[in-house]
Amino acid sequence: MRDSKKEHYASFDDVDTKKIVTCPSCSSSIHRKRLEDELYVCPECGYHFKLTPAERIAQIADQNTFEEFAADLTSRNPIALKGYEAKVSQNQRDSDLKDAVVVGTCTIDGQETVMGIMSFQFMGGSMGSVVGEKITQALLQGADTNTPVILFTASGGARMQEGIFSLMQMAKTASAAALLEATATPLFIVLTHPTTGGVTASFAMLGDVIIAEPRALIGFAGPRVIEGTIGQQLPKDFQTAEFQQKRGFVDAIVHRKELRRTLSFLLSAHAKRGR
Amino acid sequence: MNEQDKNPQKDQIDKLFGELEQLAQQQQMDLGSDLSTLKAKMVPVLKNRETTACSPWDKVCLARHVQRPGSLEYINMMCDDFMELHGDRCYGDDTALIGGIGTIDGRAITFIGNQKGSNLKENIARNHGMGHPEGYRKALRLVQQAEKFNRPVVSFIDTSGAYPGLASEERGIGEAIARNLKEFSVLKVPVLCFIIGEGGSGGALGIGVGDKLYMLENAVYSVISPEGFASILLRDSSKAEEAANTMKITAEDLKEFGIIHDIIPEPVGGAHKDPQLVASHIKKIITRDLDILCSKPADRLVRYRIKKIRGIGHFNGAQSWWDQLLNIFQLTRALK
Repeated sequence: MRDSKKEHYASFDDVDTKKIVTCPSCSSSIHRKRLEDELYVCPECGYHFKLTPAERIAQIADQNTFEEFAADLTSRNPIALKGYEAKVSQNQRDSDLKDAVVVGTCTIDGQETVMGIMSFQFMGGSMGSVVGEKITQALLQGADTNTPVILFTASGGARMQEGIFSLMQMAKTASAAALLEATATPLFIVLTHPTTGGVTASFAMLGDVIIAEPRALIGFAGPRVIEGTIGQQLPKDFQTAEFQQKRGFVDAIVHRKELRRTLSFLLSAHAKRGR
Repeated sequence: MNEQDKNPQKDQIDKLFGELEQLAQQQQMDLGSDLSTLKAKMVPVLKNRETTACSPWDKVCLARHVQRPGSLEYINMMCDDFMELHGDRCYGDDTALIGGIGTIDGRAITFIGNQKGSNLKENIARNHGMGHPEGYRKALRLVQQAEKFNRPVVSFIDTSGAYPGLASEERGIGEAIARNLKEFSVLKVPVLCFIIGEGGSGGALGIGVGDKLYMLENAVYSVISPEGFASILLRDSSKAEEAANTMKITAEDLKEFGIIHDIIPEPVGGAHKDPQLVASHIKKIITRDLDILCSKPADRLVRYRIKKIRGIGHFNGAQSWWDQLLNIFQLTRALK
């Protein structure tokens, strides 16, 4: 979990229904229609706004091909934590989602794929039993049908309101990734802003190809935690997509305008035999 | 619960009271009132001891106790022979996470474990058992080596978490843990995991995926420290005790959830009161489990391990167990 009001991290305000939107990074005013045309990337500074799963699907999938599965899964309260159910229902109302991930099948330029899109709007994209199960089902469906899997991550980490069950989702999703690998089916990860904690330490780092959106925050422990408990001065680009690429953990940083084309290329490249 | 909960001190004190009363009768002294006051005074003391550690928070404190035996202590007590192996063959050697090969009754086993150190100097040298990526990569190297030579793996978990620092992030702690979770889940040799103290989040899980998971009676296992939970969800880091009591982190809780297989009893007052006894309990379980698991074909071992992990989670909605099972059975075939 993190908060990040610092300049070089993008802030978390989502695109709302106002006609004029202020960029959280450079504060310039953008007309909503223009922003939509720009795929929700600030035309002034290149800041990538956070997307809802629906917006992401509209940008990536061939029109009307996305078919959601496991849509009816909703969370319980496994450690009987006071207020958890209320918090979940509140988030369901606010986000119009059942939980922090949407999974389904679709085509990209006519190529079959299983796609999962996490949503940071829903309880900070935290991974509890529902997220873990849906990601696992997506990975296993890919393995089962030999269909490439694309996962868009956005998460503050494990959903601690579900106690030990949330931690175990890391093992669950990672073991599903192992099965996907065993069937030689590719897994493509797109790290979006922000991806941290238990999601970084499980399926998000297990892609055959790992893509990141520019300036996305990617890490395990948050900068606040590190600064607070260790008292270390952090470099300016700490835990950005660029930082992670420099250190060898991200294959490519891809601008949102290039993302669909890139994924389409990866799908076709993996469908071909090298020899 | 078990034999350890019977209180030897209480029996001893009761016996002493009996002797005193007898002596008083023989000497014709009237000690009745004095004895009853004494007994009344003993009640809270005895009661406290009867329930070895009452609250989850007490267990957190016991799990973090400075004298609590660590991985190397148990390994040395159990093994006929042990050789520590160092380094991840890539960056360096992490002293917070140890590993090596040992023998128990002639059986070679690869051991890995978090190591906190038993005094302040060691604590600092071992970074309080908080592993860096190279530690997790060393563990992976050793378990894959174990797989190559068909040796079973025993893992001892005792850490407050992976190290949250700059160096750790730069070298990809998230990637290191993620890879371990994935590779451990399909390892073709038996893996036994024991939470002997603190099971702290991803740092614990990073060496904690296996066929069997046991917890010592006073060990704890949680997604975040009680202090972290308190500061984030209760918005007050001083409410760690309250957090610990609501988080469901004790061995009993986790057994009820079906996350762990069994609880290993500790002597009254905690494992540090009689490390040898605890080591003998652990050793018995290792021998018993490995006798069974080592005789299983590798594909079946992996299949059951994955099936168990696959089933963890609490949610509403359609979930067909049979389909899942078939699914896993088919997919594990790809593992050869």
